[in-house]
Amino acid sequence: MQDPIKAGLAAGWKHIDASLLARDLSVEADVVIVGSGAGGGVTADILSDAGLHVVLVEEGPLRSSSDFRMREADAYPELYQESASRKTADKAINILQGRCVGGSTTVNWTSSFRTPPEVFDYWQRQFGLRQLSVESMSSWFAVMEHKLRVRAWDTPPNANNKVLAAGAEKLGIPIGAIKRNVKGCWNLGYCGMGCPTNAKQSMLLTTIPAALQRGASLITRLRAERLRFAGSRVTALDGVALQADGLHPSGRRVHLRARHFVIAGGAIGSPALLLRSGVPDPQRLLGKRTFLHPVLISSALMPERVDAYAGAPQSIYTDHFLHQAPIDGPLGFKLETPPLHPVLYATTLQGFGETHVKLMREFTNVNVLLALLRDGFHPESRGGQVRLGSDGLPVLDYPLGDVIWEAARRALLAMAEIQFAAGARWVTPVHETAPGYSSWAEARTGIAELPLKPLLCRVVSAHVMGGCGMADTPQRGVVDHRGRHFWLGNLSV
Amino acid sequence: MIAARRQFLKTGLAGSLLLGCAGWLNAAGARPLSDAEREMLGALTNALLDGALPTDLAARRRLIAVTIDGIAVEIAGLSLASQKEIGELFGLLVLAPGRRFLAGVSKPWREAAAGDVLEFLQAWRSSRLSLLQSAYAALHDLTFGAWYARPDTWEAIGYPGPPRGYF
Repeated sequence: MQDPIKAGLAAGWKHIDASLLARDLSVEADVVIVGSGAGGGVTADILSDAGLHVVLVEEGPLRSSSDFRMREADAYPELYQESASRKTADKAINILQGRCVGGSTTVNWTSSFRTPPEVFDYWQRQFGLRQLSVESMSSWFAVMEHKLRVRAWDTPPNANNKVLAAGAEKLGIPIGAIKRNVKGCWNLGYCGMGCPTNAKQSMLLTTIPAALQRGASLITRLRAERLRFAGSRVTALDGVALQADGLHPSGRRVHLRARHFVIAGGAIGSPALLLRSGVPDPQRLLGKRTFLHPVLISSALMPERVDAYAGAPQSIYTDHFLHQAPIDGPLGFKLETPPLHPVLYATTLQGFGETHVKLMREFTNVNVLLALLRDGFHPESRGGQVRLGSDGLPVLDYPLGDVIWEAARRALLAMAEIQFAAGARWVTPVHETAPGYSSWAEARTGIAELPLKPLLCRVVSAHVMGGCGMADTPQRGVVDHRGRHFWLGNLSV
Repeated sequence: MIAARRQFLKTGLAGSLLLGCAGWLNAAGARPLSDAEREMLGALTNALLDGALPTDLAARRRLIAVTIDGIAVEIAGLSLASQKEIGELFGLLVLAPGRRFLAGVSKPWREAAAGDVLEFLQAWRSSRLSLLQSAYAALHDLTFGAWYARPDTWEAIGYPGPPRGYF
């Protein structure tokens, strides 16, 4: 298996691993981009294509297909924020977020959706973003879908996804097939640990190599610490080199000067950098409206083998429950399936001792459904707030209030009903006091009475969004419809 | 003892004072686990992994030690802020007052009765104090993460491991 990144580096791509720096460094460029995920990767591609000299700054390491060995024990510490156990301040939500070159696009499950029309409508109404619509964005989506090979996935869904399809069909719930950004996918099922066959068309294999090929520079293991600004212009970015462990500062610093700065460090990292830098924020909007699509989990034992670790992780979904009410009404949810690997499943599953072991022994027969709640539209669903911890690093407060739990209960009920309709012999919400149920009738009664509270009911997230809100005026947003910061002229998010 | 623990759990202030004290003791941050911490984790993993661990005592002891090594590796991969919190939690549990009043375990960890350890884990799991609930969750996730990260635990759950031979 050829490793295109190692080949590119051998051919002279400019990469500096800041953990290896022997002395401080000064760098000058046209544009400095902080973050190499979906935002940073695409920006680097477009701007380098326009002839600009671009420097990409990434806090995580550069890893590529020959490093991706499909082992959770390696992948989580190497490729994820906080070893895949990043949490909200109260520890009630576990957040899966990438931290490596390519960001979350390197470790996501390849599901590719366009922004739904009703979301554009809401943004237009609430934030005056009239320039953003299905029509105005469609050519941008089309270009990226072409570049990332987003297309229908013709291979039959794996058994885990088939459970969702079969249950939904029994109940007359319409389902859809998920488009995936893959090229020559081997259908292995290890997308979450980095694609070992270079099939996933992440930033790591598309936009970033394109930019590096045009002479862009990549600096990894560098934490963007602080933007320096004078008047209404950013003048420099101070970076702190990390040791190879990705945690401790090495003592070396990198000073980056540029004409323009693009902050693409994700919805937790980007507002944190702007907060640390003390950029103007008269309305106190920075870090607010940070959304997670909080996820509820339902685990089922099926009569036959499911082997949910094998095959494309997500190929079937339903948005049926997103469309039961207006977008700002009671929260709707999308249903999907996750891949199951031993560490991810065992740590998520409630309980311990014999009860835990009993379920783990049936690991190969487990189906899991996920419900992703659409937060941020109901007037009481205001999302989280990023603030700075005592070490200057981000902390996310995300209160789980009544509107979330009301939707959570509906979601747990919907998932259990689908799993029983598909033939499950036993279903449990992932919840500390749920005893598990052997029939839909039992589950319906049990889930209706389940106490839904933080830390009792497991909530996770893999979608971190917002943090530097977009709007038509600085009174209600941090940036305008093109991502330009309202107060600092040469800063974009 | 249970009554004493309940009484103590109600006094959140005392709990945070004790946590602060334990934190001070561990202000150095990431470090190898001490013998006292390994004994404490030994008692906890013995209960958490009951059913997964072999019944043969020598084999059980060896696998508990391996799991504790795995927990140390996991902790070293967490953010420095989380490492500090874990250090505070462990520091608290290895102090006799913390073990006795907060965990409700009267004997030192290496002599603790399995039933007492079980009761402690259940109490924290269903505690009304989110601090203790999240501490239980951390112990749960660290232990099961360390256990199922190891290929030799996969056969028991029918997981064949990642595909081999193509790469």
